Amino acid sequence: MNVPANLKYAKSHEWARLADDGLVTIGITDHAQEALGDIVFLELPQVGRKVKAGEECAVVESVKAASDIYAPIAGEVVAVNQAAADAPESVNQDAYAAWLFKLKPDNIAELDSLLDATAYQSTL
Amino acid sequence: MAKQTPLYATHVRLGGKMVDFAGWDMPLHYGSQVEEHHLVRRDAGMFDVSHMLDIDLEGAGAHDLLHTLIANNVDKLTVPGRALYSCMLNPQGGVIDDLIVYFFRPDFYRVVVNAGTADKDLACIRQHAGDVQVKPRRDLAMIAVQGPNARAKTWAALPGAEAASSGLKPFHAAWFGDVLIARTGYTGEDGFELMIPAGRAEATWNALLAAGVKPAGLGARDTLRLEAGMPLYGQDMDEQTSPLVAGLAWTVDLDAPRDFIGKSVLAGRRIEKQTLGLLLTDKGVLRAHQKVFTAQGEGEITSGTFSPSMNRSIALARLPAAVAVGDTVEVEIRDKRLKATVVKPPFVRNGKILVTS
Repeated sequence: MNVPANLKYAKSHEWARLADDGLVTIGITDHAQEALGDIVFLELPQVGRKVKAGEECAVVESVKAASDIYAPIAGEVVAVNQAAADAPESVNQDAYAAWLFKLKPDNIAELDSLLDATAYQSTL
Repeated sequence: MAKQTPLYATHVRLGGKMVDFAGWDMPLHYGSQVEEHHLVRRDAGMFDVSHMLDIDLEGAGAHDLLHTLIANNVDKLTVPGRALYSCMLNPQGGVIDDLIVYFFRPDFYRVVVNAGTADKDLACIRQHAGDVQVKPRRDLAMIAVQGPNARAKTWAALPGAEAASSGLKPFHAAWFGDVLIARTGYTGEDGFELMIPAGRAEATWNALLAAGVKPAGLGARDTLRLEAGMPLYGQDMDEQTSPLVAGLAWTVDLDAPRDFIGKSVLAGRRIEKQTLGLLLTDKGVLRAHQKVFTAQGEGEITSGTFSPSMNRSIALARLPAAVAVGDTVEVEIRDKRLKATVVKPPFVRNGKILVTS
């Protein structure tokens, strides 16, 4: 299972990546896409929406089932990946490239409460 | 612990993602459910359906037993090997199971029933069997080979099978030694269902693999059957559902003078709901139990999925009887109401898309 060392993870199988511009990119892990199977629909949040840590804010649907995606940290949605929504199978192809949305975090320190790669791997 | 079919080890070796289905450990897919779906629509795929149960009925009373037990009329079966799809009903007119009956002689039939209902089916059959011998055939495995190239590839895999089965019309079966080859299936494609002694299941499977038939799992089986407009027991109908409401009126013979279990209730009941197809015009995925809002009242989706062939979402839904094909309805998905068109199933058969909105 692919669990990149440079990302932070939520137990609910989202990954988070902090960029130099202070924005945090969110996606689902390789484990999550594999468990879901063929992904056919993404429902992404509205840009501008404020989310709390742990709040449902997107839905990933595979042929098999719909799965809620939770915001790993609090913040404001500043971008969504329309290219991924137009080609949902891209999440199966590379779950770490096909991000879902970007957050402007309320408090960057919240990232420290997420799991690192080793800790996430041990939950699988 | 979940039950395993004779092909369990084969599925694991092939990388099947094993899941519990009606108490059986079965392959959901072997990598990609969507690819397996396309393979069956375009070429040939095979499913292990050994969890389903073959029940042989033998004895002078077999014909009369089926007259009583099932809602379709076994008198339609006059040619040996002919198959009939039917519901078996409870006295209230609800569906105990849907099944296929193969006719060989008036004193010998084979009934194929669903895995999850096999025990109660057997109990129900035995209750009415009298002197008829009821033989559950757990010594048999069943492989469904489906797709436009399924028959040719089966013949390539099993020397001698072509001579035994090339003359079979749809819904007919023939013996090939101790293997029953039936031109039936649950995908809307041509193909065979092979009923094989369990000890030879793996060799048969491997021969089919060598002939270019790829394995497909229960995931693809579900999207294929839903595209083909075929109901799934436990989801589209159950013991509380009349076959007349479940879109199965064509399988219920109310005209012949014979009596069958549930007949008197069906004959007198007013039909307030019907089962039709939905085609989602907005983006999203229809799922079972979502509410449907129509001008004539509320309905509910019984099976919904993303259709790989149509690249959009489809469903079977129980709708008020006054709803008509072509109507636009709304489906509640999470906090939104999305638009869908009412269509007449099937959605896809023999590789062709049959409905548009």
